[in-house]
Amino acid sequence: MQTIDMAKVDLREVNSTLHAQKDDTNQTSWEIVNPKGSHAIAVGLDAPIEVTVRGSTGYYCGGMNKQATINVEGSVGPGAAENMMSGAIIVEGDASQYAGATGHGGLLVIKGNASSRCGISMKGIDIVVHGDIGHMSAFMAQSGNLVVCGDAGDALGDSCYEARLFVRGSVKSLGADCEKKEMRPEHLEILKDLLERASSDAKPEEFNRYGSARNLYNFDVDNAGAY
Amino acid sequence: MTIKDHDESGIPHTTPRQSATFTNDVNSDIRRAAATGIYDIRGGGAKRKVPNFDDLLFLGASISRYPLEGYREKCETKVTLGTRFAKKPIELDIPITIAGMSFGALSGPAKEALGRGADAAGTSTTTGDGGMTPEERGHSSKLVYQYLPSRYGMNPDDLRKADAIEIVVGQGAKPGGGGMLLGQKISDRVAEMRNLPKGIDQRSSCRHPDWTGPDDLEIKILELREITNWLVPIYVKVAGARPYYDTTLAIKSGADVVVLDGMQGGTAATQDVFIEHVGQPTLAIIRPAVQALQDLGMHRKVQLIISGGIRSGADVAKAMALGADAVAIGTAALIALGDNDPKWESEYNELGTTTGAYDDWHEGRDPAGITTQDPELMARFDPVEGGRRLRNYLKVLTLEAQTIARACGKNHLHNLEPEDLCALTVEAAAMAGVPLSGTNWIPGQGGY
Repeated sequence: MQTIDMAKVDLREVNSTLHAQKDDTNQTSWEIVNPKGSHAIAVGLDAPIEVTVRGSTGYYCGGMNKQATINVEGSVGPGAAENMMSGAIIVEGDASQYAGATGHGGLLVIKGNASSRCGISMKGIDIVVHGDIGHMSAFMAQSGNLVVCGDAGDALGDSCYEARLFVRGSVKSLGADCEKKEMRPEHLEILKDLLERASSDAKPEEFNRYGSARNLYNFDVDNAGAY
Repeated sequence: MTIKDHDESGIPHTTPRQSATFTNDVNSDIRRAAATGIYDIRGGGAKRKVPNFDDLLFLGASISRYPLEGYREKCETKVTLGTRFAKKPIELDIPITIAGMSFGALSGPAKEALGRGADAAGTSTTTGDGGMTPEERGHSSKLVYQYLPSRYGMNPDDLRKADAIEIVVGQGAKPGGGGMLLGQKISDRVAEMRNLPKGIDQRSSCRHPDWTGPDDLEIKILELREITNWLVPIYVKVAGARPYYDTTLAIKSGADVVVLDGMQGGTAATQDVFIEHVGQPTLAIIRPAVQALQDLGMHRKVQLIISGGIRSGADVAKAMALGADAVAIGTAALIALGDNDPKWESEYNELGTTTGAYDDWHEGRDPAGITTQDPELMARFDPVEGGRRLRNYLKVLTLEAQTIARACGKNHLHNLEPEDLCALTVEAAAMAGVPLSGTNWIPGQGGY
């Protein structure tokens, strides 16, 4: 395992070292020590490497990740895994606002709780939160899956499009045009796979599914009061 | 029909008087609203008359300063954008760039033409909401990639292909507003690029999903620089609504370039009430922004691009004399391509409008084939010819600006200064911070 010590090198060197890894690199295992809550750690990676951050991070950890697997042995600040394309980010602690925002692909696992706007504008990413999520999560969520093993806050799925939202616990309130939907066998299969990949022992049958009622897909003045 | 000027007993009628408040235009708005129950949505920028560059004049040379010979002495036009932090600033032959306009709002061939024309003129073009298309990248040697709240089509590969990144906070036509691409313009390709089903309205958020405020913006800029290895300039585009403070905050957040867009700047579609009633005229936003740059010691270090209603080389020269490093054009570029051309008059009439007034770009029925995704209409537009026309237009803008600069004795467009200008109206003098013509009075300065 290669070690990068942020007590000795700056952020630029951290990211440029990781960016230098190509698809065929044989240095596939990395650890970052002393992250000290730094922002933009391991952003823009594009190689099949595994990076373990030993501590908590600031904003945008793993932003725009492709291919890499990033483990965070702590909590993450706002915008973790924002716009992730592929790969995986596993957070042992909690996540601040906007986790997985606009993500296009890959898997984000948060083993603690996630704050507000988790999965905002998600575009294909899969997000599994072992704990609870805050208000306005999955706002304008376009596609992908958001799995919440705990409870969801206010206005879940407000103005969402085709994203699938699975919640095991309670939902404080649903946002505009979001409704409870039938859980069909194919959804149970999706859930089973995601829960396994996220190392969760929750059972698919314990979840409810939510998604767009599709009433606001095309503007209609009669719906103006719904916004 | 003849209106009788007296009644049956011979008493004269007063002349029928139209209201200055309830004009025919206003009344038609009321009738449309009463019939539909929905506000009017359109494209373009503010159509109302606001103080603008036509209210300024250049003084030219005289005994106190001498001019440069128009056909012999050089007047430079080059500009370098992004000199503050980027390892690879953008070097342009002319200080006139093409503003961001999305694939989706515009057809693929129209985007290609913008790239071709800008490239031939030695300047940059800009993507828009919806991401980067191969045609656009392929035909633009200098391409600015917009980073927008919707993040439609956003990916790190395209980000790294860009020659600059423009973080869009707002635009002059709708400061504080998001956007909407109506379902009728969502073709298979547009839908795929935006990760949404075909045919549904696609909303573009009014603010970014993962940051709010200048402190967050500074960290967002750091992230984008880290992803792109600090190579390319990062612009911050804001509506010119609060130019002093927004410019200050953009600089403090780490921007290489600030783009300010006045209310005459166009949009693909938003509410008419928004376009006409929110924001400030382009003329009014330049001096406060330059003041912010100067107060921070960053004028000419962080470059300022001004957009919103730039039409001629005189407008270019005036914006630069007031302190801009470059300008951006959008609506004028579309007109150069063939938008609102009189040759389509009969078809504009069919759509209930006329040449010069067509602004229902969001409906996707543009007779000129520019603001549409309809294959038959798109086929009317030749991107090679469109590119040639845009190149010609950019060349004329540059020649006109050089003509004025030489007349003021300047060997570079950047050497134009406010002292080369006077204003025709009190309002314009106050907004531009230059004397009212025939006086040494600058309203708002000197205690009165």
